Amino acid sequence: MDFSMAPGTFLFEAWQARASLLQGLGVTMLSSALSIVIATVCGLAMGVALAYGWWWLRLVARLYVDLMRGIPLLVLILFTYYGLALFGINVPAFWAGVIALGAFATAHVAENFRGAVQSVPAGQMEAAKAIGLTFGKRLSYVILPQAVRRMLPPWVNTALEIVKGTTLLSIIGVVELLLSAQQAMARNYMIIDFYLLTTALYVAINFTLAQLGASLERRFSYLRY
Amino acid sequence: MIDYHFDWSVIARNADKLTDALLLGLGLAVVSLLIGSVIGLLAAYARVSGKAWLSAPVWAYVEFIRCTPLLLLIFFLYFGLPEFDVTFLDKTQSFVLSLSLYAGAYMCEVFRAGLASIPKQYVEAAKAIGLRPWQRQAYVILPVMFRITLPSIGNNLISLFKDTSLAAAIAVPELTFTARQINANTFRVMEVWLTASALYLASAYLIAMMLRLLERRYASIR
Amino acid sequence: MTEPALLQARDVRKSFGQVEVLKGIDLTVSQGQVVSLIGASGSGKTTFLRCINLLEEHDGGEILLDGDPVGYIMAGERRKRLSETRISAQRARLGMVFQQFNLFPHLTAAANVMLGLTKVQGKSDAEAREIAQHWLGRVGLADRSGHYPYQLSGGQQQRVAIARAVAMQPRLLLFDEVTSALDPELVAEVLSVMQGLAESGMTMLLVSHEMMFVRDVSHHVVFLDQGKVAQAGPPGEIFGNPGNDRLKSFLGRFHGLFGRG
Repeated sequence: MDFSMAPGTFLFEAWQARASLLQGLGVTMLSSALSIVIATVCGLAMGVALAYGWWWLRLVARLYVDLMRGIPLLVLILFTYYGLALFGINVPAFWAGVIALGAFATAHVAENFRGAVQSVPAGQMEAAKAIGLTFGKRLSYVILPQAVRRMLPPWVNTALEIVKGTTLLSIIGVVELLLSAQQAMARNYMIIDFYLLTTALYVAINFTLAQLGASLERRFSYLRY
Repeated sequence: MIDYHFDWSVIARNADKLTDALLLGLGLAVVSLLIGSVIGLLAAYARVSGKAWLSAPVWAYVEFIRCTPLLLLIFFLYFGLPEFDVTFLDKTQSFVLSLSLYAGAYMCEVFRAGLASIPKQYVEAAKAIGLRPWQRQAYVILPVMFRITLPSIGNNLISLFKDTSLAAAIAVPELTFTARQINANTFRVMEVWLTASALYLASAYLIAMMLRLLERRYASIR
Repeated sequence: MTEPALLQARDVRKSFGQVEVLKGIDLTVSQGQVVSLIGASGSGKTTFLRCINLLEEHDGGEILLDGDPVGYIMAGERRKRLSETRISAQRARLGMVFQQFNLFPHLTAAANVMLGLTKVQGKSDAEAREIAQHWLGRVGLADRSGHYPYQLSGGQQQRVAIARAVAMQPRLLLFDEVTSALDPELVAEVLSVMQGLAESGMTMLLVSHEMMFVRDVSHHVVFLDQGKVAQAGPPGEIFGNPGNDRLKSFLGRFHGLFGRG
């Protein structure tokens, strides 16, 4: 690769494309952030339903989780995109994508939460009962603090999957990082260079997230016994 | 919601196309799993070899794959390889290459964990009866490891099958692409996507059931 | 002068499915008494202990704590389960120490002891901290109050667990085989804390396999066999003069710990 800044070189083209690339990156970050928030809020609620709900609530939550984990994310995105348009709900592709991504990840967060709550040893609930705490306080002061700490590493993993999932939004026309890089490539034909650049950006973001997850896992490893 | 009249004949008319697409998807997943397993097994051995020059590149490969969106990898190989004068790969082959490389990283982790969890007693017993290193691998370690990792392999197959939906991005006629085509031609959104979803779910369920049967036959050894 | 016994169990029964584990246990514990339950595994002693603070729910009979029925009251002919709030309040008057310690791993030793004081007994943080520090000192861990359970040895964790139970000033302390999960060299430190508590007049009900300790510290020993009280009496009688055949063979397993008489 020619590293001079003359016209026709990669650095020149990258610099030319910087505005649209940055915008694409911004769309990636924004859609990721929104989906993560949706997934966390809804996922926690659904997780509580899975772990503590009445039988019918658990059933509904279970069906939702199994459904979301059984169909590919791309199918869900396309279904949401075409489906919403069909019913006259005219949302931009961006929001259709965020909703689909959020709904998809909700299932993962819910399942992580349920697993985390059930992995707290039974003895903890017993000790909490033995000192006379009522159900609500047992959850608040003993079970949930432990469950949340156990849940953080998988949650970071889910966030990482969401960031990777935003690339699928390019298929319904959302100009996130991947698509804006491809649009730049269409102008300058520097295919390898721009794919490498895009890859480097994704790897940088995701590797940071992965390291965060690993350090959280180490930090709370004392809970695993 | 309201005024939607289901017309399932659309599905009936395209049943053969959908079936072919589904089978193609399954085929892609199986082939990628096989190639990925070979890559993964070699990679796992490199990782546990204790030699940095073997272990480090494999670590880099695995981390790279985990941090790269699959779609990006697919596009990169499909559009990028021709730039290196690698032009013999058609869409499907290019996709299989991408998915195999992707699977290789995950299978590496599966096999690494599997190798680590083989009870030492088996290895010691194998040594004690005088088996040579390659014999120990072939007759004791690998068979035991495959039994232990069978559930993970099965789960990876299901994941890979879902990942084949991304082949739609480069117009490989698997299930998602075909569904999108039918959708574009007929505008029967609900029928098409419900069918596609149902087919994916049913396939995942079938694979899971077969996995359970296999597990019972080769009851995983601890 | 008869005041109600601190703990009174009458004809307590409990089944798990088809299996009847407790077949009518009668037991009395008076204030300041140390009572030990001994018996083979499966004899029901842990189940009975757990029925007292309602970690298990007895199916029949009644358990009275200071005359107050635990868990259920009789409304005419029918048993009515008490509300969660009532049951929690009853549990707060009891203290339990578990075989697996069950310390809260996300809290320091001091915070473990303080949790019941602040959230159940409504004490202020400052007051709870003082009490916690006092009891951690009594069990020999004053300098470890800021440590987390994973930073403590098994024996230290169990001593914190004892402090956690005692700090709430329970009417009765329940000990469920508290040394069984400890490495042998750590058992002594825990037993010595328990001995100290017994000597200071704490009312205790223990399930234990540490026969020497049971003999030395108990006022009353109850031998359970297959869900029933087979023999009960002072340690001298149980260990020195076992009348019951099953008791004899049970004690015989603790080779030569008990000489003649």
